[in-house]
Amino acid sequence: MGHHDPAAMTAGDAQRGGGSLPAAGPVRDPAEVAALSIAGVTHSYGKRVALADVSFEVAPASFTALLGLNGAGKSTLFSLITRLFGIQSGRISIFGYDIGREPSEALRRLGVVFQPRTLDLDLSVMQNLLYHAALHGIGRREARSRGGEVLERIDLADRAASKVRDLSGGQMRRLEIARALLHRPNLLLLDEPTVGLDVKARADILKHVRQLVAAQGIGVLWATHLFDEVAPSDDLVVLHLGKVLAKGQVANLIAKAGGNDINSAFIRLTEAFEKTGSVAP
Amino acid sequence: MSVAAARSDPTGFSLREYATCLAGIVWREGLRFLHQRERFISALVRPLVWLFIFAAGFRQVLGISIIPPYETYILYEVYIAPGLMAMIQLFNGMQSSLSMVYDREMGNMRTLLVSPLPRWYLLFCKLLAGTAVSLLQVYAFLLIAWFWDIEPPPIGYLTVLPALILSGLMLGALGMLISSGVRQLENFAGVMNFVIFPMFFASSALYPLWRVQEGSPMLAYVCQLNPFTHAVELIRFALYGKMNWVSFAVVAGCTALFMIGAILAYDPSRGFSRRGPAGGET
Repeated sequence: MGHHDPAAMTAGDAQRGGGSLPAAGPVRDPAEVAALSIAGVTHSYGKRVALADVSFEVAPASFTALLGLNGAGKSTLFSLITRLFGIQSGRISIFGYDIGREPSEALRRLGVVFQPRTLDLDLSVMQNLLYHAALHGIGRREARSRGGEVLERIDLADRAASKVRDLSGGQMRRLEIARALLHRPNLLLLDEPTVGLDVKARADILKHVRQLVAAQGIGVLWATHLFDEVAPSDDLVVLHLGKVLAKGQVANLIAKAGGNDINSAFIRLTEAFEKTGSVAP
Repeated sequence: MSVAAARSDPTGFSLREYATCLAGIVWREGLRFLHQRERFISALVRPLVWLFIFAAGFRQVLGISIIPPYETYILYEVYIAPGLMAMIQLFNGMQSSLSMVYDREMGNMRTLLVSPLPRWYLLFCKLLAGTAVSLLQVYAFLLIAWFWDIEPPPIGYLTVLPALILSGLMLGALGMLISSGVRQLENFAGVMNFVIFPMFFASSALYPLWRVQEGSPMLAYVCQLNPFTHAVELIRFALYGKMNWVSFAVVAGCTALFMIGAILAYDPSRGFSRRGPAGGET
């Protein structure tokens, strides 16, 4: 890779970021720049409102679970964050870079695992990685060495030449996560990554991603409808029918909602919302 | 003033990164094409059927006088070869552009579109990759046609290349423009009826324009307005090492126009918005 490597520089500049602000702007501690910031995002498909005034943040090096049933608006939100849809109203930024105004800088710092599989089944494991690297401007040689590294980490080094079609569901998911990290982003989005996997593969993926947060300081937004994937220490955003019903640390939210566990807390929150039609303070 | 604007880290991309991205997209498209053997074979069989059967049958019916770029009397097969080359590109352009916008490749489109490079550039690379695939098909066709006595001068195989790139881009961009503009055309049969057939038949692919003029001046006029006619003529002249400036200007202009239109009209949410309200996946 040449003189300036978009992936390598992401780690540092997010931290440096706020340091050289102009006098006019508010002085922010660089560590405070959220990995992902969603502010007042509303999105409709014709008359149907899919997201209504959604706001929350994902801190760097944190695991934030986005919990919502099917149809809550999780995938719409992901499409907005990844610039797939244009933002109708509100603001989304990644490490301070607005996705609407500076999409390139924002997307450089972002890795995504979409819910539907997005691998080329007929291409080999390594070919999939090389293609992704090329999309980020990473040259062949560098891509091969990074590809080797990430495959080592997910125990697929010996499968580099296999066709993706021949991998198991869990292996494919791990490969997608490895691919999303190839350009070394500091924010990783995962949209229901464990759907369709068996219990062991699910646990493996979850453990792997939590390790990424702990060891590499990556900020993670994990969308799910499975309550058991959420740990008490996680940050949690509860999304229901396009609205944020609650956000905060899981343990606090459970205490506040008055349930015994995340499951009962969720039911209480959604029932209260459906009764009153508004979000509890 | 945004936080980001004040940052001093390098922004933008180097030329090398742009080139790497383009090479990667073309490389993948090529690999995928080679893996889809049925697509390759059907892309080849279509023009060959026209050449072996239709042209042979019509040989006696249609007399072709000496018209540029030809310098001698030619067989009807020789006349329609450039039109069939353009037809390969027409089909390829429509097919790849349609699949690009609609669901079938949605997953792959997502991976493409989260690349940090500018979206217009990604779409341009995708069009170029589709054109590269059409070149493989066209040269495979030319190889087989050579054994069928369609023997342009050796230099023609080289001079036709830029013409093919330009016409391939034009037809790919047109496909993309159509598929983002008209919803009902997601069905390939619809595109066949309303785009491919009219474009192909109302052109100089199968019969020289002076012949059409004799039969119907109105149709000849339509043919002249049809950009596909100019793609065919550009390829026909280039295949014999000659240049048709009028056709070049029309094809180049239409390429630019369709490409800008396609990029402006490209809306990745289109594949979803229909599914959005109905399906659970929102």
